[in-house]
Amino acid sequence: MSKPKSTKKPAIFFVAKEREPLFSKKNRGLLKDPLDDNNPITVQVLGICSALAITVQLKPAVVMTLSVIAVMAASNVIVSILRNAIPNRIRIIVQLVVVASMVILVDQVLRAYAYDVSKQLSIFIGLIITNCIVMGRLEAFALGNGVWKSFLDGVGNAAGYGFMLILVAFFRELFGSGKLYGYQVIPDSIYEMGYENNGLMLLSPMALITLGIIIWVQRARNRKLIEKN
Amino acid sequence: MDFVNLFVKSIFIENMIFAYFLGMCSYLAVSKTVKTAVGLGFAVIFVLSITVPINYLLDNYLLKPGAMSWLGEDYAELDLSFLSFIMFIAVIASMVQLVEMIVEKFAPALYGALGIFLPLIAVNCAILGGSLFMQQKSFASIGESAVYGFGSGVGWLLAILAIAAIREKIAYSNVPSPLRGLGITFIITGLMAIGFMSFMGIKL
Repeated sequence: MSKPKSTKKPAIFFVAKEREPLFSKKNRGLLKDPLDDNNPITVQVLGICSALAITVQLKPAVVMTLSVIAVMAASNVIVSILRNAIPNRIRIIVQLVVVASMVILVDQVLRAYAYDVSKQLSIFIGLIITNCIVMGRLEAFALGNGVWKSFLDGVGNAAGYGFMLILVAFFRELFGSGKLYGYQVIPDSIYEMGYENNGLMLLSPMALITLGIIIWVQRARNRKLIEKN
Repeated sequence: MDFVNLFVKSIFIENMIFAYFLGMCSYLAVSKTVKTAVGLGFAVIFVLSITVPINYLLDNYLLKPGAMSWLGEDYAELDLSFLSFIMFIAVIASMVQLVEMIVEKFAPALYGALGIFLPLIAVNCAILGGSLFMQQKSFASIGESAVYGFGSGVGWLLAILAIAAIREKIAYSNVPSPLRGLGITFIITGLMAIGFMSFMGIKL
């Protein structure tokens, strides 16, 4: 009995790739999801270390956000280019070296052009290297995806991180010192009526509590994020 | 006396978690049960008390402006401090690899429990933060930096132990559902940090 000849074409004919548009729906999702549904800080729980210590004022938070966007986009792209050349066993060290060189670049640029802020951020620029969000996205995304997608993922996640950073800094600076980005926003007349700045907001524990409340609000709005336990 | 002062200061007043929020990622991720929390805490103590003195030597004999003067006149002017991030992280990554191999060999149960988090010590901000603070504080001797590293590790262990114990108990209480898990952990940590602020100004 002869086997009926398979009518299936060999799989190789189906490989011809469709070109994806530069900003297809999926790619836009990569940029947009980290802002809310998949926020690195409140949902993935990555990168909290540096997020809290520098949120006393808006200015360092903004500078930090820009630095993290630059580092993440660049290192995601580099690791994505190298992804087929990196041996699996030493990938963490390779990634650390890539990230560390990017961070050194950012640090030197900040020292040259924004010395005050760089002093204020002190060791936290260096700590971008060990910011879990950078390593986490390199491991979870850049090692398995193409260059353009990795770039979008890097920018998106860094923006989601920065969004939370700026949000926390906004509340802390507003209630802690009555200023925003260094400019006074609460008018003097209110101070004359007996309003006082809440000095507690400037202390580090309030960063944690502010973030806890932000998480509360976010999850009350977006109920699918609620944890079982 | 100086050492004791530094030790107490690095545990309580400059606690890695409550004062600087360093190492929060693994602090939040591994603090669901006390057992794994203790394991990770000891690993952090070990790595911190090794890497901080090593990085102290590197900083003082290689990286600082003028640190290379032991090589001769020609090198006295060199300033390699811009390389410190990459040097520190290289030392830390290799030390973590070592710890991983030791734990795998001698405590396979612990290795199984810590799982993915052992390699993640390399990217634990507390470790690199310890080295960078050491550089910033410019300690006078290697002994001081070792005490500082050890003390910071103990402070980290204390913090993760406390939160793990609280989280084990809080599983039985009725927390508003959007606050469950991450949210309540943040708020508890904040309250604990306020408690730790009362240590400020203690001098021995």
